[in-house]
Order: sequence, then structure tokens, then C-alpha cells
Amino acid sequence: MGKKLKKEGEKITTSPEECEALRKAFSGPHGVEEKSMLEILVKCNPADLTTFRKNSPYIFLDDEYCFEKWDPFHMKSLEIKFLHFQRAVIQRTMHPWERDALLVRKSLEEKPPLYNLLIELACTRTSDEFLGARKAFQCLYSESVEEFVAVKVQGFQRRLLVALVSTYRYEGMQIDEAAIKLECQKLARAIKTDHRNEIENDDEVLRILTTRSKHHLKTIHKCYKEDYDSNLEEDLDDIQILRDTVNCLCAPPIYFSKILDTAMSICPAEQEMEALTRVIVTRTDVDMKDIAAEFDRKYGAPLIERIEAAALGNYRDFLVALVKRGMAN
Amino acid sequence: MATHSVTEDCEQLRKAFAGWGTNEGLIISILAHRSSAQIKLIRETYAKTYGEDLLKDLDKELSSDFERVVVLWALDPAERDAFLANEATKRWTSSNQVLVEITCTRTSQQLLLAKQAYHARFKRSLEEDVASHATGDFSKLLIPLVSIYRYEGDEVNMTLAKSEAKILHEKISEKAYNHEDVIRILSTRSKAQINATLNRYKNEFGNDINKDLKTDPKDEFLAILRATVKCLTRPEKYFEKVLRLAINKRGTDEGALTRVVTTRAEIDMKIIKEEYHKRNSVTLDHAIGKDTTGDYEKMLLALIGHGDA
Repeated sequence: MGKKLKKEGEKITTSPEECEALRKAFSGPHGVEEKSMLEILVKCNPADLTTFRKNSPYIFLDDEYCFEKWDPFHMKSLEIKFLHFQRAVIQRTMHPWERDALLVRKSLEEKPPLYNLLIELACTRTSDEFLGARKAFQCLYSESVEEFVAVKVQGFQRRLLVALVSTYRYEGMQIDEAAIKLECQKLARAIKTDHRNEIENDDEVLRILTTRSKHHLKTIHKCYKEDYDSNLEEDLDDIQILRDTVNCLCAPPIYFSKILDTAMSICPAEQEMEALTRVIVTRTDVDMKDIAAEFDRKYGAPLIERIEAAALGNYRDFLVALVKRGMAN
Repeated sequence: MATHSVTEDCEQLRKAFAGWGTNEGLIISILAHRSSAQIKLIRETYAKTYGEDLLKDLDKELSSDFERVVVLWALDPAERDAFLANEATKRWTSSNQVLVEITCTRTSQQLLLAKQAYHARFKRSLEEDVASHATGDFSKLLIPLVSIYRYEGDEVNMTLAKSEAKILHEKISEKAYNHEDVIRILSTRSKAQINATLNRYKNEFGNDINKDLKTDPKDEFLAILRATVKCLTRPEKYFEKVLRLAINKRGTDEGALTRVVTTRAEIDMKIIKEEYHKRNSVTLDHAIGKDTTGDYEKMLLALIGHGDA
């Protein structure tokens, strides 16, 4: 621990280790380490802060006027990092209908549009939950979700997405075995024909995916695996919206663990990062146990461990607590 | 106005079934003069008191057109719509028009309740059944109509009305009646917005849209499109026409007559009767009296007078 005299009476009181800790507190992609910041910054005197700034070239830039200027890009992204905890708190507290209505709006107002988010909302919520979101949407925006999606989405995605947000699926367990067998064959045929690139507009594929109950679809998925020795979503892999639709309807934990992994990867895009908050907050009361189990199975590390490595501060603690809570239910 | 005791009603109904015959007059005098809420209570009390479903007893004791009108009337409105919609998807009784009628003349909440009743009764969604049975152009229109939870506000966007009137006119001129924009506008916009758009259409292009959709009187898809427009914008005129055709038809279309009377008795029958009188110069009562007989006639007349004191 060195003490260097800069000016008369000004001593360096922080150690290199503390500087490093402070740097880290500012530098995670997910959140900020509030406790470290508080302790160290309170301790720092002006000389310490100058040293800190001079030794953090990724945060501060040398300016021609001889002061260490905060990189504006970093400062902007820091503002966002401080918001992670706030956003998580707001999402957790908000009525699920309002929350989902806002997310629907956002999914198509972003550029580029986030079709997977829209599919996630329409397919992983129960019929009544999503209907509630549709009512909230009308209340907030004086138009229906259906109108909004029909105008915003063009091209082949329109038919699928409008149908997904419109439908009010049967949520019970009764199924029609004969219809399942037949529809499994129809899907296989559509997938394996030469006109692969028209599958998004195939009337039968759309009908099956957008009107059948979730239990019916899960049974088709099972039947497809038995008869064709392949997973339906993998065979639809080159059409992302169809793959996401099948995953969200038949096996949400697979879809959710995948986007969690992407959110916590080395350099996620801003939209991908937000999935971390959204998935943990919205699934803690639903299927967190299954998501954590799938995550562990697929990525070889417990979900909580990954979150602890990727996130900082209050945000990290909040997420971890929500996961633990969900797993205990 | 006499107050009705639910227990008394149940006893009377039970008496009406007792013995060899059935006292149809008693059944009409009770059921035709109760609201759907009151009938619901009667059914619950009847089940509790006698351990049987009133509807099953009605089904056992009554027959033919009279039975159908009584049973349909005794169903809760959501169950009734679910039953009629299901019938409309079945092969031998299929009717695209009935599906359009149910999905476009009900409020969003009424249609939602019907869909919930459909789940409960048939263990499938209405969307699935319509999608499985409708084909081609019809399914492209019917499935969205069945699904969508329309916004019910009064707000109207005049710029949008102008642009969408233009789109509709364009597609209709090109005979692209099943174009996705035509379907999108009719199936997703609020009724207020559609009204504004169609008013704009008439102002801009001279004709009512239904006139322009009449180019081929034999084309069934055009007929369904016209019905959709009418149900969304002028339901009382739509129902007047259904009644008129049902009564004037050689032999009478009891199915349509029963359906309209039982589904609208508590909603807008008064307006429909006014429309009927205007268009036909005779009252609906008179027309029904001339065209039907017996207990069926009595029940219909009691129901169309339902709202009156």
C-alpha cells in the first residue's frame, strides 16, 4: 500500500486493489455494484479520484486540456446499467396485463422489430392472461393489438403474427388423437417438400399452430418425434418465427433458457440483455423451476451461478432472489 | 308488474311436464316472460330441487320447432351463441353466414363469453373448429372474425378512414375481394372506425360499398363480405332482412326465424321490429302470425313482445 504525496496535504488513500474493484463496479453489462461504489468513493479524496481516472483508460479519455474526460459512450451505457434494477422493480410491481401490453407495443416499435418478443408474449401466456394484456393495450392505446400488429407487420410474417395475437386457445387437456396423427403428417409433409420457402404461408401449418390448444400441440410434438425421429422446432430451424412459435407453445423452458444464455453472453445487444430482467421477473411465479433445470442441462452451469457472474449489485441480488423463490415454489 | 318467485316458477314448470301431456301454454307463459338472468336462476333452482336439468326435461317433453325455440331461449346467451356457432361449423348444418352474424353483431365481451362457453362445452376452441371446417377464402375471413377482440371505443381517425376507404375501393375495383388488406380492415378495425371509413367511401366514390360488392350475385364470398359489412355497421337492417327472407321463403325458414328471435329478443328486437314495419308495411307480429302456427307461433310472438311492458 503506497502513499504518494501529490500536493501538500493530499495523500493517496486507495489501494490499486480498491481502484480495480471500483472499475469493476462500473463495468458489468448487467447493473452496477452499488456497495463497492459507495464504500470506495466515500473513502476517495480528489487525488485518489485523479489516479483512478488516469488508470482507467476504458472509462476516461485523455483530453487536450489535460483532464481525464469521461468517455460519453461509457457514461450513457452506465446510465442504463443503473436503470436495470429500477426496471426490474417496476416490472415486478406492475400489473402483468399492463406490463405485457407495454411489451407488445415495444416489440413492434423497436427498429428492427422484435418478433420473438411478440411471439413470446402471445404464446407463453395463458389465453386469459394474454386476453388481459389485449384489454390493457386497448385501454392504454385506444386501439386493439390486432389492428396494431396487422398494420405494423408486412409480408409473410403478418399472417402468423396477427393470428397468434388474436386467438383465444382452449386451455384444457382434452385432445383428438386422430386429428393429432393427421396434423403431424401434414406438418411433416409441409416441411419436407421442395417448396420449403413457402411454409410460412401454408394454410394448414398456420391453422395448426395458431388455433390448436397447447396440449394438442405438445402431443403433436411428441408424435412427430416418435414418427420422424426429429424435433419439430429443429426441422423448422431456418424460419426463426416458426421455430420460436413452436418452442414457446410446446416447451417454453427451452425458449427461455436460450434467451437467458444469450442475455448473459459476452457482448449481448441491448435488446437481448433486457431478456434477463424480463424472463426472471415474469417467470418466477410460473415455471422458473423448469427453466432453471433446462438451463442447467443445456449449458452445464446452474442459472444462479451464471447470474452471479454476469450481474452486479442490487440488480444481481434481486434476480438471484427471484430465481430462488421461483425454484422453491 | 308482478314479482316472480323462482321457486314458484320451478314448481309450475315441473307441473307443466307432469302427466301424459305437456302444458305448453304454461311453459310459454313463464319462460317467455323471464329475462336470461332470471332463467339462469330458475335452471339452478330446478336442478337443486328436482336433481334434473331443466333443458333436458324440455328436450324430452317438447318437439320440433317449438322445442328448439324454447330450449334456445332457455340457454344462457353465451351458451346459445356457442351452440349456434358450433352448429354452423358442422358439416350438415354449416353456415358461414351464421358465423359472420354471431361474430360481427355481438359486442367484444359477448363474443368472448361465447368463446369461453364454447371451451367449457365442446373442449375445443371455436377458432379450431372454424379453421378445420372452413376453406380457402372463407377461412381467411372467418378465422380473424372469430378471433379478434375488437376495440369498442368511439374514437375515429379521419385520415385513416380516408386512406383505408381508398384501399378498399382499389381492391374492389381490381376484384381482389379476398385481398389481405380488405380482410385486415374489416376484421381488425373498430366498428366506429369502419363506419367512418365506409361513409368516406360513399362520399369519395359515390356508392355504398355493398353496392360495389354486388357485381356477381351468385358469388358466395361476396355475399359473405356484404353480410360482414352489414352486421358490423347496420345490424338491425341485417336482421330485418334475415327475418324477411325467412318468412317470405316458401315454407318458412324456421331455423333462421328462431335464431334471430331468441338471440335478439333481449338486445334490439324493438329496433328490428321498427325496421321490419318500415320495410314491409306490416308488423313483424302480423307476419309471424300469418306464417307460423301453434305453440311455435305463440312462443315467437311472446318473445318479440318481450321488452314491452
